[in-house]
Formats: sequence, C-alpha cells, structure tokens
Amino acid sequence: MTETTPEGRARRWRAILAGRLRRSRWVLLAALAACLVLAVAGGVAPWVTAVAAAVVMVSAALPAPRLPASSAADGAGAEDGDLAALSAGQLAAAVPDPLVIFDRRGIVLHANAAASATFAVRPGLVLAMKFRAPEMQALIAEVLDEGTGTGVVDYVERVPLERFFRVTATPLGDGAGLFALLFKDQGEARRIDRMRADFIANASHELRTPLASIAGFIETLRGPARDDPAAREQFLSIMHDQTGRMARLIDDLLSLSRLEMKPLNPGGMPVDLAETVDAVIGSLSPLAADVGVEVVRRYPGGGVDVPGSRDELFQVFENLLENACKYGRGGGKVEVTIAVDRALGEAMVSFRDFGPGIAEEHIPRVTERFYRVDVETSRGQKGTGLGLAIVKHILTRHGGRLTIRSTPGEGAEFTAHLPLGSR
Amino acid sequence: MSTQTQHIVRAYDEELKYITGRIAGMGGQAERMVDNAVAALVRSDLRLAQSVIQEDVLLDAGQREIDERAIVLIARRQPMADDLREIIGAIRIAADLERVGDLGKSIAKRVAPVIEGRQPPSLFRGLQALSELALTQLKDVLDVYASRAVDRLGLMRDRDGEIDAMYTSLFRELLTYMMEDPRNITACTHLLFCAKNIERIGDHATNIAETVYHIVTGAQMPAERPKTDKTHTLTIAAPAPGV
Repeated sequence: MTETTPEGRARRWRAILAGRLRRSRWVLLAALAACLVLAVAGGVAPWVTAVAAAVVMVSAALPAPRLPASSAADGAGAEDGDLAALSAGQLAAAVPDPLVIFDRRGIVLHANAAASATFAVRPGLVLAMKFRAPEMQALIAEVLDEGTGTGVVDYVERVPLERFFRVTATPLGDGAGLFALLFKDQGEARRIDRMRADFIANASHELRTPLASIAGFIETLRGPARDDPAAREQFLSIMHDQTGRMARLIDDLLSLSRLEMKPLNPGGMPVDLAETVDAVIGSLSPLAADVGVEVVRRYPGGGVDVPGSRDELFQVFENLLENACKYGRGGGKVEVTIAVDRALGEAMVSFRDFGPGIAEEHIPRVTERFYRVDVETSRGQKGTGLGLAIVKHILTRHGGRLTIRSTPGEGAEFTAHLPLGSR
Repeated sequence: MSTQTQHIVRAYDEELKYITGRIAGMGGQAERMVDNAVAALVRSDLRLAQSVIQEDVLLDAGQREIDERAIVLIARRQPMADDLREIIGAIRIAADLERVGDLGKSIAKRVAPVIEGRQPPSLFRGLQALSELALTQLKDVLDVYASRAVDRLGLMRDRDGEIDAMYTSLFRELLTYMMEDPRNITACTHLLFCAKNIERIGDHATNIAETVYHIVTGAQMPAERPKTDKTHTLTIAAPAPGV
C-alpha cells in the first residue's frame, strides 16, 4: 500500500534515509574518523574537513547500487518485480479458470475474464443469487460466516450445457474481508464417464436392429438359401447395407461423444460463413447431383465472420445441407441463404428445401437423438438419427440455436443462428 | 442524515437483501428438485425420487418464511415505489417457486408406477428434452432476477412457445402408445401428467419473468404474447382402425 498524504510521504522518506545511513554506518564512521584525524593533524583547513564530511554523508544517503544479494535480502521494499505492487485484478487475469473475488456481503468485486465468459458474472452481482444450487449456497454462506478456512464442493450446471466444476472458496489475506471462488473444470472426467454410459446405452439399443437382421440373413444363407445364388446375392447386398449403417452409426456416436468431451468454449477464431458454406456445397455436390437437386446460393461472397470453430461449423452446414438434399429431393432444389441481423447481433444460415416438409408435431423433437419422423424413410436415406442432434449440440456450444420452419407439402427451412460476437 | 436514520436504513436494506437472497436459495432448490425428479424418472431411480419428495418441505418452509418477513417489513417500514414492488414481487415469486417444487414432487411420486412396466426410451428422451427447456427457462429468469438485466427476458417468450409445441408432440406420442397396447395406459397416463407438470413449470417461469420485469421497470411486461400453440385441447388423434 502506498501512502499519499504529505505527512505519510515525509515519514516514508525519513525511514528510507535512516535505513541507508544505517546500512553504511561502518563506512561513515571510518570516513568521519579520517576527517577528524586530518583536522587534528592540522594539515588542512577546517572548512575542507567539513565539506569532506558532508560529501561522505550525502553519498551514503544516496541509493546504493543494488547487488542481487542485498535486493533479495530486503525484498519487501523492492520497486522492480514487486509482488505487492501487483493488483488483485492482474493476478486474477492470469488465472485461466473462472475466478471470482467477493466481499463480506457476498457481492462480487472482481470476476476474471474466464468467469465472465463462463457464468456472465459481473461486479456488483450478489454471488448467492447467481449460484443458487443448494451446495453452492451452503459453501458461500459457510465461508462468509466463518471468514476462515477453505471449502470445496462439486457444482453441476445442467442447462443449457452440462458443466461440472470443483469449486473452492478461500478467504484472501489475513482478515481482509475478501474471499475468492475458484472454479476448476471437472467436465472431462465426468464427461468420459457419461460418454461411456451413453455410448453403451445408445449403441446397444441402436446396433441391435441391424445386428439382428444380419444374424437372420446368415441363418437363412446357411440353411434354406444355401444353394440359391440369386437369394444369396440379394441377402449379401442387404447385409452390406446393414454393416454400412452400423459403421455410420458408430461414426456419428463417436463424433457426438467427441464433441461432448471437448472444452466448453470452441475456438474464437473468426470463421468466414460464405467460404465455409461454399466448401460444404463443393463437398456435397456429388450427392446433390445423385439425388437430382440443384443447390441455389443466395448470398454475397465473403464478409460475414462469426467467432467459432470452422471444423464444427462445417459439420453443422454439411449435416443441414445433406438433410435438405436427401429429404427434399422431390423439390428439385435447395436454397442456401446467409443473412445478418445486426439488431439481434446474429448471423443466420438457412437451408430451404421444397420436399414434403415436416409435420408440426415432429418439429420440436427432430433434434432429439434417434428421433426419426419416419423410420423407414430415414433408414432408406442412410440416416442415423444423430445428424440434427450433432447440429444442435455444436450450435449450443457456439451460443447459437437452430430454428425449423415447415409447412407440410411445401418443404422445410432449417436456420442456424450464430452470434456475431463483440467487436 | 443522522447516524440513527442511517442505521435504520442499513437494517432495512439488510432485511430486503435477506429476502431476495432467500428467493435465490429457493430457486436453486426448485431447480434441483425438478432436475432430480426427471432424472429419477428417466433412470428409474426410486431412491432419488424419494429424496425429491422429502425435499419439498424446504420450499414450503421457504415460502412461509418469506411471506412472514415480507409482511413484517411492510408493516414496520411502509415501503414505497420500487421497495414495495421488490417485496410484493418476492411474495409472488416465492409462491411460484413453491408451486414448481410441488410439481417436481408430483413427478417424483409417479416414478414408482411408471417404472413397473418398461417404456420405450424415446418417451423418456422427449420428457427429458421438455424438462431441459423448462429448466433453461427457469434458470434464465432467476439469473435475470439476480442481474436485473430485463432485456434478456425477450427470448423467453420464444422458448415458452417451444415448450408448448414439445408438450403437444409428446401428448400425441403418448396417445399413440396407449392406443397401440392398452397395457401401456397406466404408465402413459402417469407420463402424461409428468409432461403436463413440466409444461406448467415453464408457465411458472414465465410468471416469474413477468414479476421480475415489473420489479425492475415498474411497468407490466408488454402483453404481445402470441397465442401459444396450446392446440392440445383440440388434438385428439383418431384411433388407428385395427392395426
């Protein structure tokens, strides 16, 4: 702490001078003795002696050239690399995990960048009103009541994305009336556990159907159809399709699980939407040609950037365009639009098909895992029931959302909304 | 201002702060109850359901305490304008949260009859998605109560529409299952009530949003609520003949 009042400053200077004189006391004594000897010997005029003594005193009072050893010895008074001069805010900014500093009333004084990004916590907020989970309430109350000791709890946020933290509450300094909450992301370990459980549940359920079908055909091939080349050929082709489906299913399950494992904030690199959509259209042009769908671009090239991960957004647009081509094949064309709504601060990428559309009762549910509007059509299109779940998950990670509009008989429009980010 | 009045004002602020903090605590408790009730249903976890049922008394006690303190505060301090709105709002929000807890408890009570017969997993996924929407709604509105950033309440209307649409869809699906096999009727009826309860939790969240808007701005929330898609009173799917 630096003192700013005039008396304080004077006191500080006196202390510094006294310190310097004390440090050079032996040299001073020797020098004064030498002056005295000279004066007594009478070889020099008295005023010269006085001047010499003054020079010795002043030079001792001037800051000595600092040696590393002495600097380490008096540490606290150092000006360079001084720990005490570092503000709490600068320290907090260096912590990569969310860190919140609050006072005795439980009001937030400082939230580092990670904390404001993760929880939207701002100074002035009453901490207990933001972290309402019973165990967090208990932790905050405990550290505020006792003022000492450290508490640790596990905190889970379920919506909009599942997040796990180990939270530590610590008083700062010695009774300074300040406290810190540190959130350590425990997501990875928990997500791996969850992933394993989910994967087993989903995979066992979804892989059973194709497996049963393959097993049935094998039985037939070994028995009744043993000597029927035509049937064998047909069965083998069905089995081939089924194994392909299983492989795709595993791919999609893995891709969804991998997404759920990733850290919560996707990379904040600017992604050029037009360029990404162009690349998607390019990569899907064989499919579009196959099903006889023309992809119409309704956007100017370049210019719209959103922060995020290009790979993930590529997957979003790929899944949406693929669906539009497959399920809207009857319409002959798919329109892709990119628009910007400055008022809402978001960019919108829409994929409009002119196929049969989706009935109203299915619209709210198509992003659920394995939800299929029509099982037979979906299987026929080599769908796994995970494509839109992946889309929704990626968009949620990017702070965006998916909206679906459809009128049966007139086609459907899937729109990805992505925040433009602050600039 | 004399130290005496200053002291009184500080004590009054403390009381007000205590009430709003208590509301937040109740909110956290309600969020947890709904989350656990649906988790118990999805995972067929009777013990978790039991703990949800027992936790309901905490919310009841919370509401009673807030009511009492609010009344005493009004009687003693005779607050005006925003302070009065804050206190009346607290009473209303506490009542909504207590109802949310009751709805969660009612879901937890239905776990036992539902898990007797194993239901298709897609039903539970739908119910889970519905509860995620409702919980997001509740979390957002309580976050706004903490931060007072009422401009964030706009998106909530959309989501209320989503909840209604999702509920309608689940309703249809459950009817289909019942028609397919009468043995499903018991469990599906219970699930139907669970879905209805979750949908009403969304409504309570909307109520709280309106109260928070009133506390902060002093005005009523603009009533541009587009007719919610509650077509469920009309949607009675025709029985599939002899399938």
